[in-house]
Amino acid sequence: MSRTARTALFLASAGGLGFLVVWALTGLPPFGHYPGPYGDIVTHVVQSQRHMANAVTAVVFDYRGFDTMGEELLLFAAASAAALLLRETRESQTSDIVDAVRSDASRGVGAAAVAVVFVLGLNVVAHGFITPGGGFQGGVVLAASFALVFLAVEYHAYHRLVPTSLAEPIEAFGAGAYVGLGLISFGFGLAFLQNFMELGVFGRLSSGGSAILVNWSSALAVAGGFLVLFGEYLKEDMAARYGRARVR
Amino acid sequence: MSILPYLLCAFVFGCGLFGIVTSRNVIHMVVCVSVCQSATYILLLAIGYKNHGTAPVYADIPSSRVVTDPIVQSLTLTDIVVAVAVSAVLLAFALKAYEHHGSLDPAEMTGLKG
Repeated sequence: MSRTARTALFLASAGGLGFLVVWALTGLPPFGHYPGPYGDIVTHVVQSQRHMANAVTAVVFDYRGFDTMGEELLLFAAASAAALLLRETRESQTSDIVDAVRSDASRGVGAAAVAVVFVLGLNVVAHGFITPGGGFQGGVVLAASFALVFLAVEYHAYHRLVPTSLAEPIEAFGAGAYVGLGLISFGFGLAFLQNFMELGVFGRLSSGGSAILVNWSSALAVAGGFLVLFGEYLKEDMAARYGRARVR
Repeated sequence: MSILPYLLCAFVFGCGLFGIVTSRNVIHMVVCVSVCQSATYILLLAIGYKNHGTAPVYADIPSSRVVTDPIVQSLTLTDIVVAVAVSAVLLAFALKAYEHHGSLDPAEMTGLKG
């Protein structure tokens, strides 16, 4: 099919789809008038029932923890799939590539930012049940702090700090711990992922029960998954820039 | 009392769809898929919004405050992270397709070779 014919066909069918979508949208409750009962129930009970201030994280790791496990395994599968697709061209590690950042100012400020971003990531994860944040967002920030090592210093420093043999176990441990915590709940005679610890005092770092452990395990899984992805793409990029033979 | 936010979501989705259909580069196509995914976030957040509502975080607001729906927000936040990983897989496919066909144009990736 020619490009023009395809675009014409798309525009015609998009017109039909657009009509149906607008028709469906006019049947939705008006913007600002949320009708569903579930969100209201959660916001009413979350403080007394779970001792958590952030209802969003409470839904992610407690009320909807089982669904989040599915999302997390999806992330695990996606990271593994990308690694499998990219890895077949190279068998072992890079060795003699020199890819250092030459500006001293960039190196200095960048290296200092690594520590700041890492602590920020830990902070976002730890306060997930009190202020906006949690394992998913914090995990991405933690992975970004290691990516900064590559951006600000050099490829080898990054590779020594986070070899694939470290990123993969971190990801696998995080994903496994998430499932394991659900199984521990079974051991206490509870439902899968149901809380089995003291709930603690509302508003404290230690409040929230066993969902705190779920939160940290997902932070490890997300950070590990992103580091696996980042490492694979980085090796691919180095291979493209310096030749396949040298990236070993 | 308006469907404008919902129409915005339909518009963004339509932009992404148009990009996918007319794309001449698979990397551009992956970005268009991300645009379509962004439209679903707008829809989720728009459905959960309440007039004069604030974020459902009770750290510094009284329990009586009107808050937006936390469930759609939690769906959105997990989706964003997973969508990035899915984009990574799609880009890996784009790399493999380039090695196989020597081009990033989907129109030139014809013929199923073994």
